Amino acid sequence: MRDRLLFTGQLLFTLLVAAFLVVPAGLSIAAGVTVNYFRGIASGVTLEWVAQVWELYAGTILLSYVIALATLAVTLLAGVPAAYALHVRSGKISRMIEELITLPVAIPGLALALALLLTYGGASEFRRSWLFILVGHVIFTIPFMVRSVMAVFATVDVKTLDEGAASLGASPWRRFRDVIVPNAVPGILAGSLMVVTLSLGEFNLTWMLHTPLTKTLPIGLADSYASMRLEVASAYTLIFFIMIIPLLVAMQLFADGKQTR
Amino acid sequence: MSHRSFVGLCLLPLAVVTAAFFLLPMARLIATGAEGPQGLAGYLAILVEPRYRATLINTVLLATATTLVTLIVATIVGMFLQRHRFPGRSILIAMLTFPLAFPGVVVGFMIILLAGRQGVIGDLSSHLTGQKLVFAYSIYGLFLGYLYFSIPRVILTIMAAVQKLDPGLEEAARSLGAGPWAVQRDVVLPALAPAFVASGAIAFATAMGAFGTAFTLATNIDVLPMLIYTEFTLAANFATSAALSVGLGVITWFILALARSFSGSAVAAAG
Amino acid sequence: MSTVGGHGAAVDIKNCGKTFADGTLALEPATLQIARGETLVLLGPSGCGKTTMLRIIAGLEQPDAGGTVLFDGKDMTSLPIERRNVGMVFQSYALFPNMSVAENIAYGLKIRGMPKTERAARVAELVALTNIAGLENRRIDQLSGGQRQRVALARAVAIRPGILLLDEPLTALDAALRERLRGELNRLLRALGITAIYVTHDQAEAMELGDRIVVMRKGAIAQIGSPREIYFAPQNRFVAEFIGAANILETVVENGQLVLPGGRLPIHGAQNLSEAVVMIRPETIGVTSADSAHLSGTIDSVSFVGDRQRLVVSGAAPKPLTIDAPNTIQAKAGERVGLSIAPDAVRLLPPES
Repeated sequence: MRDRLLFTGQLLFTLLVAAFLVVPAGLSIAAGVTVNYFRGIASGVTLEWVAQVWELYAGTILLSYVIALATLAVTLLAGVPAAYALHVRSGKISRMIEELITLPVAIPGLALALALLLTYGGASEFRRSWLFILVGHVIFTIPFMVRSVMAVFATVDVKTLDEGAASLGASPWRRFRDVIVPNAVPGILAGSLMVVTLSLGEFNLTWMLHTPLTKTLPIGLADSYASMRLEVASAYTLIFFIMIIPLLVAMQLFADGKQTR
Repeated sequence: MSHRSFVGLCLLPLAVVTAAFFLLPMARLIATGAEGPQGLAGYLAILVEPRYRATLINTVLLATATTLVTLIVATIVGMFLQRHRFPGRSILIAMLTFPLAFPGVVVGFMIILLAGRQGVIGDLSSHLTGQKLVFAYSIYGLFLGYLYFSIPRVILTIMAAVQKLDPGLEEAARSLGAGPWAVQRDVVLPALAPAFVASGAIAFATAMGAFGTAFTLATNIDVLPMLIYTEFTLAANFATSAALSVGLGVITWFILALARSFSGSAVAAAG
Repeated sequence: MSTVGGHGAAVDIKNCGKTFADGTLALEPATLQIARGETLVLLGPSGCGKTTMLRIIAGLEQPDAGGTVLFDGKDMTSLPIERRNVGMVFQSYALFPNMSVAENIAYGLKIRGMPKTERAARVAELVALTNIAGLENRRIDQLSGGQRQRVALARAVAIRPGILLLDEPLTALDAALRERLRGELNRLLRALGITAIYVTHDQAEAMELGDRIVVMRKGAIAQIGSPREIYFAPQNRFVAEFIGAANILETVVENGQLVLPGGRLPIHGAQNLSEAVVMIRPETIGVTSADSAHLSGTIDSVSFVGDRQRLVVSGAAPKPLTIDAPNTIQAKAGERVGLSIAPDAVRLLPPES
């Protein structure tokens, strides 16, 4: 009897928390396709708001994808080899470098953005281009790629695999290509999903670094929240959900797959 | 090419990117913080100047409250979900974790939909009491926003920690005569301590430094990130905003480093 | 069989020591020659420097300044492992999880630019030789421990290395499998005629596989010799105790005889000594009736272990003697027995070692 009561109590509490998280998201999705949110769903269902968002903000969506993919490319090129180097050279200096490159994760994006603005704000060509935002995103996301790949290295004993390939005559580059990278694929994939998701949703840095001509999706969202009617803001949020949820699902499936393997 | 130089080459791209776009700017930021009229003393302003100090205290209180409430809520929910199997459980878990990737701005909008001028809470309260309850645009709204942000990730951490818990520990405690509450108090909660520290630190650091949610709710909420933002963009007070953001960075870094030295695992803030 | 093996190379190690970055001396400068086609076993407890020695020969570690490694007279010291043409079997096997069994075996050949058809033929040859036919397309995580061991061996010899290096290749397996693979490995090494250097902490492995054994201790070579020399003529107390079971006695000598509490024991080569440290193997002590014996004692315990029985006899020597007796004799605890030990069976050890 007491167990039953306890179970019910906990279940109700959990449902309440779930409602707190899900209800506003549901409201936002509903509002995005409702003719008039104030009058409720009874006023009819429409895609007008979504179309309006597309008209107004298509550029931000496109730029967000461009920046996310460019961020991914840079983090792959710089992060994966670095993860390997930091793993095989397990000295004090490596730990310090690791600590250093992880710092941007611990420092608020606002501080990072200010630092970039103070240093490169004068370089107007660079400042005005989307590359300025790219730089911020790379610094912010690269630790996630490095960590994710290093986590895999820690479980597959790459050091011995590397030595094994070397004993068969493979040069360092061949070893990296044939043995190290293929065995790091789970970490690279997990890191990539993380990097793209973070980049698509990044606001703290981006708000400081953007210009009127380099607006990303979260910037557009903030803009719409401040100045557009609720239905448009909701429709825009809906589009963001549609973009981000497949990534989340992929990440979840990935994590589950790792557990069952 | 020797293996040593190959490994060095592997580090090169990252080293260049980090040096140019992180180390150099951070050095510049720290230098700028000391370039104000007060010089190096500008760094003390965050503690000495009453207005800044009040904001700092406000921010720390908010972050502390967020951390405590998040931990309590997430522990109850996480332990419940990991301990029981019932129909609909996986859907419930999905519902509880899907806000994980929402950026701060979107979280702010969620809070507006809950407690804003057209929010459900206001509708409900005006139906029930005739009073329309609207608190999204205040520090309470921000508090709710940070809960919204932190609860999903802390639930995940707690669930993972509970799953890893050795059931033998609990059984051993019961074999020694401990009742259900004593088992929770003496065995289960202490075993979860590293998870509490790690996820609590993330919640705290996020609530200290995040900017998007506060920005969406209102620009006049009195917290540190908003102060830095207004000093920089509205007052063009570069030195102060640099000093303040260095201070904020040191605080969040310190909290996360402390947590990591306790829990031994990687801990990162999210924004 | 000769088509399978490479030609063995001779190995010359001169003055190779190793000090790690943190200052610990892993290996004192050591000099060692290994003949073509010889199987040399590096044997010792963990931390004795045997793996460091192997890794220096492999080219995975650089020896301290002054050390050189020669293969067939050519200086290899500064060459990394990928340019030494050695085959190596790792303790964890280091099989590439991203490649199939066949791809693993063929990898070294691919690196060497061997055409695909030749590669396939060579893989088929090795698969047959190591008894893993039918597993070619398996993934590594679908193999048992014994199968992995064979794939690792096939991959290492596929490239016809001059020298085969084996780092505790059987340690990860269970006892029964280890014994079976030991026999297979022995036949294979003989058939290939390859120079092999084999690291192990298991003396049974060392005895069966080694043409010569290098016993190592605390970073230094304790003794080099054939398995028989190591077993019957240990040069010091460490080797005597590490290999097999041994009774070590420290006692007074009079007129070339050991003076023991239970009687006197004549030995060779102690004419001029007044004290001696000696080793007696348990299986060289015979059990007789107490009445006529020169040396006698009391049985403390009898443990029946199947093929023999192990007795502990006190009162004969300063400390209880361990004796391996045939399983046919009757022995009871508390019984007085005589002991017969041939003078040849008593081995003098240097006093302080």
